[in-house]
Amino acid sequence: MRVPFKTSHRHDIRLFADRYQALRYAALLTLAIALPFLLDDFMIGEVTGVLIWAIGGMGLMILTGHAGQISLGHAAFLAVGCYANVILMDRFGLPFPVSFTLAGIVAGLAGVLVAVPVFRLHGIYLAIATLALTMLVEDIIVLTEPWTGGVVGLTAPTITIAGMDVDRFSSPDRFYWLCLSITLLVTLAYCNILRAPLGRAFLAIRDSEASAQAMGVHVARTKAAAFGLSCLVTGWAGALLGHYFYTFNHEVFTVVVSIQLLLMIVIGGIGSIHGAFYGAFVVGVIPQAINISRDWVTAVLGTSGVAVPGLETGVFGLILVLFILFEPYGVHGRITKWKTYFELFPFYRRDLFRRQKSYLKTERIR
Amino acid sequence: MSLLEVSDVTVRFGGITALADVTCSVESGEIFAIVGPNGAGKSTLFNLISRFCEPDSGDVRLNGRSLLDRAAADMAALGVARTFQNIDLFETSTVLQNLLIGRHARRQASFASQIVFSPAVRREEIAHREAAERIIDFLDLHAHREQRIAGLPYGTRKVVEVGRALAMEPRLVLLDEPASGLSPEEARDMRFWISDIRTELGITIVMVEHDMGLVSAVSDRVLVLAEGRVVALGTPAEVQSDPGVVQAFLGVGAEPEA
Ligand SMILES: Nc1ncnc2c1ncn2[C@@H]1O[C@H](COP(=O)(O)OP(=O)(O)OP(=O)(O)O)[C@@H](O)[C@H]1O
Ligand SMILES: [Mg+2]
Repeated sequence: MRVPFKTSHRHDIRLFADRYQALRYAALLTLAIALPFLLDDFMIGEVTGVLIWAIGGMGLMILTGHAGQISLGHAAFLAVGCYANVILMDRFGLPFPVSFTLAGIVAGLAGVLVAVPVFRLHGIYLAIATLALTMLVEDIIVLTEPWTGGVVGLTAPTITIAGMDVDRFSSPDRFYWLCLSITLLVTLAYCNILRAPLGRAFLAIRDSEASAQAMGVHVARTKAAAFGLSCLVTGWAGALLGHYFYTFNHEVFTVVVSIQLLLMIVIGGIGSIHGAFYGAFVVGVIPQAINISRDWVTAVLGTSGVAVPGLETGVFGLILVLFILFEPYGVHGRITKWKTYFELFPFYRRDLFRRQKSYLKTERIR
Repeated sequence: MSLLEVSDVTVRFGGITALADVTCSVESGEIFAIVGPNGAGKSTLFNLISRFCEPDSGDVRLNGRSLLDRAAADMAALGVARTFQNIDLFETSTVLQNLLIGRHARRQASFASQIVFSPAVRREEIAHREAAERIIDFLDLHAHREQRIAGLPYGTRKVVEVGRALAMEPRLVLLDEPASGLSPEEARDMRFWISDIRTELGITIVMVEHDMGLVSAVSDRVLVLAEGRVVALGTPAEVQSDPGVVQAFLGVGAEPEA
C-alpha cells in the first residue's frame, strides 16, 4: 500500500494526497475536455445529463451526506433554479452568466428560508416536511401562471456567452463544456469547504449535535448554511436542467425527482463527493440499460414489445434496497474496498471496514 | 473574584430536584473535584455550567458575568470546554479531525474565503493543525492521529475527548469522569495528564470523578454532592473525614466507624 509520507501540515490540506493522485485527476480532466471529439452528439448529450445530475447530487450531498440532514424536497429547489434562470433571461433580459448566478442565489435563499422553520426537525419528520415542500412548489408553479407558464411551462432561451451560442441541440459540445466547467467549479468549492472549518462543522452536527455545540458550533446557523449552500448548488443544477430539457413544466419537478436525487447519493456513496458522480452515472445509465435489455428481451422472445409499467422505478427501488442491505456506503464504498484489497494484498481482512460497535452516547442531552 | 461562581442554583426535572440551592466557586488555576453517589446531580451541574440545561433559580457567573443569557455554543468562545460522561466524539471522523473541530471557536476565516480557500484560510488551517499537533504530542496520540474514532478502544477515546477539549484552548475545562472505565495504567496516565493540564497548559479544571485515589492525588478542593445538595466542600483530607460525607456515601443512618 502506498502511504503518502507527510512531512508538513501543508500535505494535509492539499487537494490531492500525492503526485499520482493529482496526475490521475489531470488525466481524467483531459479526457473529459476531449470527450466531444470522441463521442457523437447523442452520447455527449447523455454525458451532459450525467454532469447536471452530478451537480444536483453534490447539492444534496452537502446537506444529507455531510451535514446529515435528510431532504425529500430538493426537486423544489431544482425548480426554483430552473424557473428563476429562465424568467431572469426572458423577462429581464439578463445574460446567462448573471441569470444563472442569481438563479442559484435565489434557490439558496429559499433554502435558508426553509431551513429556519424546519431545523428543529430530525430524521423522518424532516423528511416529511421537505417532502411537502416539493408538492407545494409544484402547486405554486401552476398557480403563478403569468410567470411560470402554468401547466404549459416555459421554453429555455438559447444561451449566449461571449457572442457564441451555447445550445443543447445546435451546439451540444459547447453546452457540454459549459456544464463541465460549472461541475468543476462546484466540485472545487465543495472540496474547499470540506477542508475548511465550515466542512468540519457540517460533519460535527451530523455526528453529534451536543458535542458540536460544546465545540462552539451553532447548530441552527450551521444547518441554515448547509441548506443554503445545498440549495444554491441544486438551483444551479436546476438552471442547467432547464436548458437541457429545453421545454419544461411543473411535471418535471415531481416528488419522484426528489427521491431520485436521494437514491442517487445513496447508491453513489453517502458522505463523499465521488458518490454524487457515481450516483449520477448509475441513474443516467439505468434507463438506457433497461431500454436496451427490453429491446433484447423483445427480440429473443419474439413478442411484440414487453411493456411493463413502472419497470424503471422498480429497478431503481431494487438496486437501492440491495445497496442498503449489502453496501450502505454505495458505489464509492465498494470501490474503496476493492482498492484497499489490492493495495493491501494479501493482508486484507473482511472486517477492515466494519464499524466497531459504538459506545454509549450521551443519552440525556440532545 | 473567582473564575466561576455558582450561586443558589436549583434545577428540577419534573418531580426530581437534580440540584437544590447549590453554591460553590472555582478559583483560577485550581483543580476542583466534584464527587457524590450516582444521581447526585454532578453531571447536571456540568450541563448547567456549559449551558446545556437551564436552572429554575440561581445564577452561574464566569469572571463575574452571568452565563444564563449564553447558549451552549457560545461557551467555547468564552473559554469553557467540556467532556461528556459517556464519550461523545465525532465517530466518523479521525482523531485529527476531532481535534480540529475543537478549534472551531478559534476560526477567523469568513464564509466566502473558506469556499475559495484563500491564502489566509490556508495559513489559518496550518496554524490549527499545529495546535492540534501540540495536543497530540501532549497526550501521546501519535499512533492514532489518522484513525477513525469508530475503530478506537474505549481508553483511547477518553483521551481523545480530553484532547478535543484542550484543542479549544480553554481557560476552564470540565471533565466528566475522565478516569471511569480506564485500566489502572490508563487511569495513572490520566492522573498525570490532569495535573499537567494545570501546570503546563495553565488551564483550570473542574472534574467529576468517582476514583477517590485520583481525586485526593490531584485536586485542591472537593465538593461533595448528594441528592442535589452540597454535603461538604474542602480539601480532600477535610472532606474525607467529614461525617456527613460518609453518611451520604453509605446511606442515611450509617454511623462512621469510631
Ligand atoms: N435531562 C434530564 N431529564 C430528566 N431527568 C434528568 C435529566 N438529567 C438528569 N436527570 C436526573 O437528575 C438526577 C441527577 O442526574 P446527574 O446525571 O446529574 O447525576 P450524576 O451525579 O452525574 O450521576 P452519575 O454518577 O450516575 O453520573 C438524576 O436523578 C437524573 O435521573
Ligand atoms: Mg454523571
